[in-house]
Amino acid sequence: MSEILTMPPNLPDAQNAEVGASKFCPGCGHGITLKALAKAVDELGIKQKTVFGCDIGCSLLAWNYMDLDTVQTHHGRTTPVIYGFTRANPEAIGIAYMGDGGGLAIGAQHLVNATVRGERMLIIVVNNTNYGMTGGQMSPTTMPGQKTETTPYGRDCSVTGKPAKAAEMVAAIADPQKSFVARSSVSNMMKLKQTFVKALKNVENGGFSFVEVLSICPLNWRTNNVDTFGRLAQMEEFFEVKEFLVPEGV
Amino acid sequence: MVNKLIKEDTKMFLTGNEVLAYAANSAEAEFMYGYPITPQNEIMHTWCKLLPKTGAGFLQTEDEISAGFSTIGGILAGKRAFTATAGPGNVIMQDAQSMAEMMRIPFVCAVMQRGGPSTATVIYAQQETRLTCFGGNGEGFRIVYSTAGHQDLYDYMIKAFNTAWKYRFPTYVLADGYQGKMREPVVLYDPASRGISMVPTTKALLAEGQIGVDRKSAHLRNTYNMEEELMGVLEGYKADYEKMSEEVQEWEEYKAEDAEILVIAHGIVARSARTAIDELREKGIKAGLFRPITIRPLAVKPLRAAVSRAKQILFTESANGQLAQMVLEKLYGLNTPYSTLFKMGVGVTGDDIVNKVESMAAAAV
Repeated sequence: MSEILTMPPNLPDAQNAEVGASKFCPGCGHGITLKALAKAVDELGIKQKTVFGCDIGCSLLAWNYMDLDTVQTHHGRTTPVIYGFTRANPEAIGIAYMGDGGGLAIGAQHLVNATVRGERMLIIVVNNTNYGMTGGQMSPTTMPGQKTETTPYGRDCSVTGKPAKAAEMVAAIADPQKSFVARSSVSNMMKLKQTFVKALKNVENGGFSFVEVLSICPLNWRTNNVDTFGRLAQMEEFFEVKEFLVPEGV
Repeated sequence: MVNKLIKEDTKMFLTGNEVLAYAANSAEAEFMYGYPITPQNEIMHTWCKLLPKTGAGFLQTEDEISAGFSTIGGILAGKRAFTATAGPGNVIMQDAQSMAEMMRIPFVCAVMQRGGPSTATVIYAQQETRLTCFGGNGEGFRIVYSTAGHQDLYDYMIKAFNTAWKYRFPTYVLADGYQGKMREPVVLYDPASRGISMVPTTKALLAEGQIGVDRKSAHLRNTYNMEEELMGVLEGYKADYEKMSEEVQEWEEYKAEDAEILVIAHGIVARSARTAIDELREKGIKAGLFRPITIRPLAVKPLRAAVSRAKQILFTESANGQLAQMVLEKLYGLNTPYSTLFKMGVGVTGDDIVNKVESMAAAAV
């Protein structure tokens, strides 16, 4: 006689159990990132006052992923929608979730100005070094020599310039007294969760937080498991994983 | 809640931009998001100057893109929020306005038209008529009030908030730099004294109740996976818009009942037309005016009736026929001949209209 073991899924409370299977591609880093974020929201007990905005691009698939009040915005425009919200409702914890294209190319002016103004929000840029949803084009963070659909012979930095380092840029212009700025990676989910906890705690304290998450895109990278995480390790050498700014009380 | 500054009828001598800021306060607007561009700047100057008294909020954003999107954020938080822009700012704010159309967000914006294309001139034009009515991608639905002076600015700015929140379509007060910068007498009033109550706002996100206890989490979408799914949503919007159109459409007729030559004009040009019509009537020429106040949706039935009664029509605009293009589509099947007096980005005076109508009348003899 066979026995079927049923194990309830270990979902954070802030993750939407009704959504079923993830709509992200197999092997995508968004699922790891969002689960870590949901666990951080659980840990701080801030679900009822958190508003989550997701950008266009792969990030748009997060629109019903969380059991949080969510708005799916427009490409590059999640940051102003969320700071518009938190300016109007200062009790809310605002999270703007986007990719490297949304954060550093089409929405770069919002990232710069939200940082300088110290908007009371958390901006998450999931950096997978390409535009995933549109089919794998070069993004501001594409690695030197990386092949994409618009750099089929490898990114030539003499033509395109060097990859943008978001966390360093944000740390350089943010108010160190009020800003938490870090780069983390999906290679270490527990550390990623702890980074989100600190970032959200800083927002609760009235500060501005920025977390760049080094992530993976096996579909557009055309990599198997081993190569995917090998590429991520290379990224972690190029983009330093650390906390750049940590204000007191976080 | 904000403090309303106007508690009883108050006659003031103000610029139009100042009037708009007072009107927004009288409408109990709680937050303005904005970016500087001439000729709308004094709306936010006045709004900011009044903040200690009103207790409202303001954010100067990094551009009109963010002014538009942060206005959306404020509205999602349940605030009666608004913005204002002009010219190239109106172009880049279409990004946010289009999202407001897709998500039925009660977005309110004052557009003070300036000359175009691109940077062009900073004072006056009617060249953003088409952009303000139809600027987004896809077939979004909007309501656009075109004002002809300061009392209009006050009345329609208050009305714009109620129209937007009642019907959930983006709503615009379309004026221009002349109206914004010109000073004239205006009676400011408490809307309640005119029987106007403000439509209550609601929170789209972080509404009352606990997620998982009293309600489910809200998931607001701007993206659809299937074409048919999108069409289904838009067909619903279209039906709502058509049902609402007769309720919101407004127009003004001046001596149009027996007019042989009917001038069709909107905004401040319609005001020039009124003076011209009085002068023409004194000269024995039966001229009249049809002025659409909602230029979207247009009041089609009264428009066709007025045109049917006339022998000739004159379209006149400080643009190359942007309103005319929208009106002519609605006049299909009528064969009343028409003439045009279009001055791109330049004011149309009463004398311009008198001369034009006189030449039309002479040609008809």
